[in-house]
Amino acid sequence: MSTAVNQSAPGGAARQAAAGLPRLLPQTPEDLRAHLGRYGPTPYRGRTGALIADVEASGLTGRGGAAFPVHRKLAAVARAGVRQGRTVVVANGAESEPASRKDELLLQLAPNLVLDGLQLTAEAVGAAEAHLYLHAAPGPQILRALAERAARGLDRVAVTITQAPPRFLAGQETAVVNRLGGGPALPTFQPPRVSERGLGGAPTLVQNVETLAHLALIARYGPRWFRAVGTAAEPGSMLTTIYRPDAKAHVREAAIGTPLRTLLGDGAEIQAWLVGGYHGTWLPLPDAAGITLDNASLRRFGAAAGAGVLAALPADRCGLTEAARVAGYLAAESAGQCGPCLNGLPRIAAALAELAGSGHRRQTLADLKRWSGLVEGRGACNHPDGTVRFVRSALTVFEPEIRRHARGQCSATNRRPFLPLPDGLPTSEEDWI
Amino acid sequence: MAETLRVNPIACTGHGVCAELLPELVTLDEWGYPIVDPGPVPPALDRDARRAVAACPALALKLTKSEEPARSA
Amino acid sequence: MNTAFWYASRATGIVALLLLTAVLVLGILVNRQGRLPGLPRFAVTDLHRNLSLLSVTFIVIHVFTAVLDTYVHIPLISAVIPLASGYERLWLALGAVSLDIMLAMIVTSLLRGRLNRILWRAVHLLAYASWPVAFAHSIGSSKDLQQGWMLGLAVACAMIVAAAAIWRLAHAARQVPRARRVAAVFAQHSSAEHRASAARQARRTVAR
Repeated sequence: MSTAVNQSAPGGAARQAAAGLPRLLPQTPEDLRAHLGRYGPTPYRGRTGALIADVEASGLTGRGGAAFPVHRKLAAVARAGVRQGRTVVVANGAESEPASRKDELLLQLAPNLVLDGLQLTAEAVGAAEAHLYLHAAPGPQILRALAERAARGLDRVAVTITQAPPRFLAGQETAVVNRLGGGPALPTFQPPRVSERGLGGAPTLVQNVETLAHLALIARYGPRWFRAVGTAAEPGSMLTTIYRPDAKAHVREAAIGTPLRTLLGDGAEIQAWLVGGYHGTWLPLPDAAGITLDNASLRRFGAAAGAGVLAALPADRCGLTEAARVAGYLAAESAGQCGPCLNGLPRIAAALAELAGSGHRRQTLADLKRWSGLVEGRGACNHPDGTVRFVRSALTVFEPEIRRHARGQCSATNRRPFLPLPDGLPTSEEDWI
Repeated sequence: MAETLRVNPIACTGHGVCAELLPELVTLDEWGYPIVDPGPVPPALDRDARRAVAACPALALKLTKSEEPARSA
Repeated sequence: MNTAFWYASRATGIVALLLLTAVLVLGILVNRQGRLPGLPRFAVTDLHRNLSLLSVTFIVIHVFTAVLDTYVHIPLISAVIPLASGYERLWLALGAVSLDIMLAMIVTSLLRGRLNRILWRAVHLLAYASWPVAFAHSIGSSKDLQQGWMLGLAVACAMIVAAAAIWRLAHAARQVPRARRVAAVFAQHSSAEHRASAARQARRTVAR
């Protein structure tokens, strides 16, 4: 599917500009000259730790999905680095969520912001080793940015690029460190946390590329500037990847707290929303129509923004079928390392597929619920947890559809798949390298 | 100090020895993998817990002292 | 007195070989999650561990009685340093190698909780080297084992170990590689579903 990625929502450009957006994405790719012209040079602080206070004041949280407070990660790695003598920083651009396109676009349009952020965090935690972990082979903009920065002597720490395998778990923090260390992109058991013992045994900071871009701006404009948009509890803006009934991916930077109906629409042509990607939550309409893009609001429906993937499911599709497709993908992408996940996810996916078929046994729904309870919290990573959250919300939101399918009916008039899934499931060890 | 029992699900291959030695805190799911009580180990069961940890053929069971960090996303 | 030491060394050596055979087989049984009839699972692991400690006890007596016996001079150090003995140099060297491996296994197992899991396992796998070397030491240095029913006993031990090792290797060969495990579960679940659904069909047909 060609990725038509456009940034501005129809009619929303004026509203965005008034809100001080976009912050991260220029209209066209910016080379180093344009970047320096707009932002000035990388604002190194001259000592480790100095940036961390500003990041704390800004309230920046991770934009890779977990929304962990960035200053706490920075402080933890810096502290562990003092004890150990060595730290590593990683810019995580794996973007393993198949429906997400924001990191890819960010790296095309504003690679220097990301690379600034990487250098600044390296300075903040005293790292002499930096990595850029990418979903695909590095694009020309990234390579040019690195070359131009090297020519100018802008980067204090050399950056090594590594390509992630196209696995759903490849962007998970421990999987990143595993891959960078020469192993497969498979999660490892924690403790120890990577911030204590990561790549080569050194405390490692893994940060999403969008997070680093925000950080690069906070370093220039300060925490108060960052807080000028967003909510008090969850300040700033975030990149979202939006799927509306036209089914093309739109990447749009939105202030946290923006009403979801502004981003997704909630007309009669939409039956439900998916928030937070494939480990996210289905939201019923019209019940959730007033929800805003901040976790405090999303929590009321058991949802979280995650990495900003938002989808408006067209009314003419079968939500159950869509959910079953995604569940099948999530099961196939299990690392297969932990008994509960390995055994539970395929069974959950098969049960959901049966519900999405025509007529199912009464036992299937009960089995599905039992298996969901069995896998939660029992893996080394949160793949089973995220999958269960996705599946459970689907069972709730599409419950009427389940009853229809049990009678051999389906309300869909359009059988074309809506949510994007990659072709090619992993079959061998090489698929994880 | 209170300790909790944790299983490393990657190392665990479902031997089930832990569930035999510590049935108060460990049960097996329908696939033979341990479901471990997440609460602190009662002092009366401390010796049995240590025995279960030592007996695990896969070295997958651990007694941890401090509050465990959450798994990252 | 001397003769008593010599006989004790020979006897404890033979018993040690039998015990080590049992320990190895039990170790494989643990790995394969096998059961001893009528006993709980932890009995297999406990028996493996206890017999291994018993074996080492017998080996220690086996070594000390051989050293104390003055008919031939065997320095104590030759029990762990190969080729340090003048008497039956090669065969005793094999004994020393086997004992060295066993000591490494015992020490790492006693410190099991503190060691890296992978390291512990790597050392423990040396058991597959230790047993054949111990066996060669036994046959080579003991006239008892080279004839009669004792030879038969020794050969039986070797065959049991070989069978257990083949069983273990066969399982390793059959193991589904990690990257294919999920597909295997899908297939297993799907065939289980088919069988269950066929059974339901059959019941319905019969009921009619």
